[in-house]
Amino acid sequence: MKRRNFLKKAALTSLTTLVGTEIVFGNLIPEGYSPLFLQDPDPFKMFDKDTRMSVLNDKPWNIEAKAHLLDEKVTSNKFMFIRNNGIIPQDIDINNWTITFKGESVSQEKTYTLNELKEKFTQHTYQLTLECGGNGRSEFDPPAKGNQWTVGAVACASWTGVRLRDVLEDVGIKGNAVYIGYHAADTHLSGDPNKEPISRGVPMAKALQDETLLAFKMNGEDIPLAHGYPLRLVAGGWPASASGKWVNGISVRNKVHDGNKMTGTAYRVPCDPVEPGAKVKDEDMCIIESMPVKSLITYPRTGAVLSNKKTLEIRGHAWAGELEVAKMEYSIDFGSTWNACSLEKPINRLAWQHFSAKVTLPKEGYYEIWARATDTNGKSQPMVLPGWNPKGYLNNACHRIAVKVG
Amino acid sequence: MDKHEEFKKSVTIIYKGFVVFFAFFGIIICFLIYLVVDPTFSAFKSDETPAYTVAEDLDEDRIENGIHVRTGLVEAEGLMQVVNNCTNCHSALLVTQNRMDSERWAATIDWMQETQNLWDLGKNEEIIINYLVTNYPVQKKGRRQNLETIEWYELEE
Repeated sequence: MKRRNFLKKAALTSLTTLVGTEIVFGNLIPEGYSPLFLQDPDPFKMFDKDTRMSVLNDKPWNIEAKAHLLDEKVTSNKFMFIRNNGIIPQDIDINNWTITFKGESVSQEKTYTLNELKEKFTQHTYQLTLECGGNGRSEFDPPAKGNQWTVGAVACASWTGVRLRDVLEDVGIKGNAVYIGYHAADTHLSGDPNKEPISRGVPMAKALQDETLLAFKMNGEDIPLAHGYPLRLVAGGWPASASGKWVNGISVRNKVHDGNKMTGTAYRVPCDPVEPGAKVKDEDMCIIESMPVKSLITYPRTGAVLSNKKTLEIRGHAWAGELEVAKMEYSIDFGSTWNACSLEKPINRLAWQHFSAKVTLPKEGYYEIWARATDTNGKSQPMVLPGWNPKGYLNNACHRIAVKVG
Repeated sequence: MDKHEEFKKSVTIIYKGFVVFFAFFGIIICFLIYLVVDPTFSAFKSDETPAYTVAEDLDEDRIENGIHVRTGLVEAEGLMQVVNNCTNCHSALLVTQNRMDSERWAATIDWMQETQNLWDLGKNEEIIINYLVTNYPVQKKGRRQNLETIEWYELEE
């Protein structure tokens, strides 16, 4: 509540400065009418999010879930994290929404309306895991710059759209195509109309995958505004920043796309491992592609007390970027011993997988249940933080919950 | 004695008269002052929510319990330089989430100037960086921290 009041006040005061320090004719404002700048700034209402979500940043909006809020097999909007780089576009006219394909490597520049996309190409639906590259950043030492995500910047919703590949084939791409980059309708925080808040992309191989969609539906409905209404890219298993929202353009490039947040240190990690706190030159930073293997215990919520029993069911999800999760284990003794969880196959490639286990705790006391996933290449989640990197990406350290018996 | 009693009586009467007079006068003054403040007697119209009461919130640099209410920043030397230079494009929440030393804040400012349209901060740069490293210092976390802020609850199944 405090935060909400704070946000309300913050929005109120910062916006009133736009119209001057006093509301002239304030007493003439009709009863019951709240001026535009006073209208509900409550992010939970505005974005239809559960009030247990954590607001990390209100300009731009960045909101994350908590582990136990992600218990659903398919994530609902109300529990889906928001990661914005700029200002959400306003006054979207769905009937005049277009997407233009251009760049060095298209045979011809071509524009489609949203309706043309929907009618001309076959529609596909996939459950796709989207995780922010910086999920888990808050644990890095020395601290890494950016939004201090804990565990909740991940979701797996059901996305419906057309394959980017089908559209690219219709546009016609040249043999020298290397990368696609998206362009979108959000605006830069500085207000500069010549700057794109973010314009990232993926190599052609990823762009041409079956599951890489130009999506217009999430969980069977129009995509919520904060998640890219009316059209977004979805490239599951890669940093979610590759899945551009409010997309109105695709550049097919003959080189690695150099849009905003593709270059410098953004969404890059040192090509070779570095010591914590090291300074790394831009040219020694490499673009993140597939996200690493990871898992979350979504039930029970951390802090469970078992008074009359010593067993409990745990469950959660595991994912591995481009790969599948091959093995899921839990430990009740800080990793000394590991026990197998039952693990489901993914419903489709790039969807997270569900695991469960029945845990028995030997005697009274404090326990931590740790979860560890292993991918099909044999790579497991580390128990401590993985390699430090300047921007704090790719923290896939084991998730854990606290449990007490007695 | 009689005379003395009589004198006492008349003093009391005069005294009471004065009290009544000043009380009446005081009420009139209060009424007049109220009339100046609230000429429409809106305070007595309980159902109406006057649109302009928000004006009370317009002291945009109000400090409560050592916190700058609008931004959530800690009140300390350099606060207003931070408010005026660092909360125009992004929220103060992006500032307070982060913990850096002077060198890394300076590098971050350079980056914002090179790519994000941040202006030259002049003398304020040092003031801002001092404010940040003093009030939002780096804390050691090690390779893995204890689980913190656990809310214990009875698990029913």
